[in-house]
Amino acid sequence: MAEKQTLIEVRDLKKYFKVGKKQILKAVDGVNFKIYKGETLGLVGESGCGKTTCGKTVMGLYPATGGQVFFDGVDIHGLNKKEKKEFTRRAQIIFQDPYSSLNPRMTVADIIGEGIDIHGLYKGEERKEKILELLDLVGLNKEHSLRFPHEFSGGQRQRIGIARALAIEPEFIVCDEPISALDVSIQAQVVNLLIELQEKKNLTYLFIAHDLSMVKHISDRVGVMYLGNMVEFATSDVLYDRPLHPYTKALMSSIPIPDPKEEKQKRRIPLEGEIPSPINPKPGCRFAARCKYATEACTHETPGLREVEPEHFVACHRVEEIGE
Amino acid sequence: MDEKILEVRNLSVSFHTYAGTSHAVRGVDFYLNKGETLAIVGESGCGKTVTSKAIMGLLPMEQTEIGGSEGAEILFNGEDLLKKSENEMTAIRGSKISMIFQDPMTSLNPTMRIGEQIAESILIHNEISKADALKKALEMLEMVKIPNAAQRLKQYPFEFSGGMRQRAMIAVALACRPEILIADEPTTALDVTIQAQIMDLIGELQKELNMAVILVTHDLGVVASVADRIQVMYAGKIVERGSVDEIFYQSTHPYTRALLSSVPKIHTNNKETLYSLKGTPPDLIHPPTGCAFAPRCEYGMRICRNKYPETVKFSETQECSCWLHHPKADHSGLPENMVRGNR
Repeated sequence: MAEKQTLIEVRDLKKYFKVGKKQILKAVDGVNFKIYKGETLGLVGESGCGKTTCGKTVMGLYPATGGQVFFDGVDIHGLNKKEKKEFTRRAQIIFQDPYSSLNPRMTVADIIGEGIDIHGLYKGEERKEKILELLDLVGLNKEHSLRFPHEFSGGQRQRIGIARALAIEPEFIVCDEPISALDVSIQAQVVNLLIELQEKKNLTYLFIAHDLSMVKHISDRVGVMYLGNMVEFATSDVLYDRPLHPYTKALMSSIPIPDPKEEKQKRRIPLEGEIPSPINPKPGCRFAARCKYATEACTHETPGLREVEPEHFVACHRVEEIGE
Repeated sequence: MDEKILEVRNLSVSFHTYAGTSHAVRGVDFYLNKGETLAIVGESGCGKTVTSKAIMGLLPMEQTEIGGSEGAEILFNGEDLLKKSENEMTAIRGSKISMIFQDPMTSLNPTMRIGEQIAESILIHNEISKADALKKALEMLEMVKIPNAAQRLKQYPFEFSGGMRQRAMIAVALACRPEILIADEPTTALDVTIQAQIMDLIGELQKELNMAVILVTHDLGVVASVADRIQVMYAGKIVERGSVDEIFYQSTHPYTRALLSSVPKIHTNNKETLYSLKGTPPDLIHPPTGCAFAPRCEYGMRICRNKYPETVKFSETQECSCWLHHPKADHSGLPENMVRGNR
């Protein structure tokens, strides 16, 4: 890509939830990133780090507490009803659970056709053809169109979810853990399909997952989240080869490698304890309590993302001292 | 020679469902040595969980038929568990053989304090007072490295995070120091960092108590780091078994190879097409007569669909059921190290 065009720009995005008296859950707390046209941005982190909330807020499924999400230069959280509808035609989401995200009382044809009807894209014979074309595209056949979701396996359902998202020919798709519920061999099928479709239709993805090796495989750039903050952001090769943030290092080193010899040689950086509660988080670096490099300063001042190397951003006060 | 603690012979399990009888496990033979870790790998529905539940005697008796044409046996230290009465099984379950499950939230009792759940299994199997059992429960919580164990003892499962619940479940399972631990997808619901902690913990406790572990999983990464031997299941049968190195570097069954190559390696180029298996596993209500993998196999031959292949032995540990290893099979076009030994 010679010239990168920004499709999505997220500026200081915040999403808080009130969970009780004076209890605020800061699921996403000041996140900045850009997604270029035609690329895949991966978002990784442990459960509870805010990656799904981030994805849903980017899609406008949650109202933002603060910050903006620009889609092609327009803030999607300030849209009126008509503009919002137009936005949903251009951006779609694929959900994690292929069981609960398909209406059990609708046939596959109706599930896929719903978006087409809402946006009035095709009618009658053309609509039917389009649906069959989509089924074919995701590797299902036309006999499947009149069946109901319960007649399908997990992998097939996820394909229906993908077909539904593609039906209105969006430019941008948020893939929220699209493969977590699937078997390994089926995961490969779905990931291959997503990559193939991206190449065919020049799609832009925000790919959210906790399976780090799959994220690396599909993404151009990857952001690592920890407790609502982005701690590191880089191209996927750089991030996996030379992680700089202490949390990313620990995370990368705990990916199990499907190779016994490498697995035995690998040096793991153990991470003690668990991710703390995002309710009323302490000031300072969110990772400080579990970080072996943490100093006094880390508990007072929240580190911002800094460009340490070209295109490699890290939010850590001591990244230079820690080194590789 | 390693000492066998468990031997499963000709085990078949069928379930009666509204749609017909589903043959979930179709004749498996395997053994488990003292102190070793055996991994059972396969996709959902291949029968790996059913196999482990059959060992524990946890299958619903009314709808289940266990047995085979020549009679199944599950020998634990030489005694057939299938011939035991329910009372005898209760005495073994949780004390000699224990199991931990994938989902720690649904496997722990939400209305009981953690301490009491651990003490419960101690009280069932030992004649000690409740106070002593609770004291032991505290030791167990410390053993699984739960911080502030004394306070945690009085808490309920909902107050625990996912990783802590899994630790608590391990404490329940190991409270009576079993000889065999069956771990059914113990880390599937957990994040990688927590997964690493739990697998380390299981490994440490295994050494400490000299337990044998059966690890049921679909995650080949986890298997690579902890297993001694691996057996691969497909459609209710074991298609290949071998030591970790044999399975990862010299696997002889096309299904094993497909499984291994469908996971992305950290070093593979991004966006390269992953190897992906076409199709889905067969319906086990009408299991195929031949090799169940044949319709999805890139090397499938005519005989594969008609007749189940015999098992070929390559080494002390490695065996494979595939027609490709028949002396008359055409070996051209196969990967280099796939065919060996038996020419």
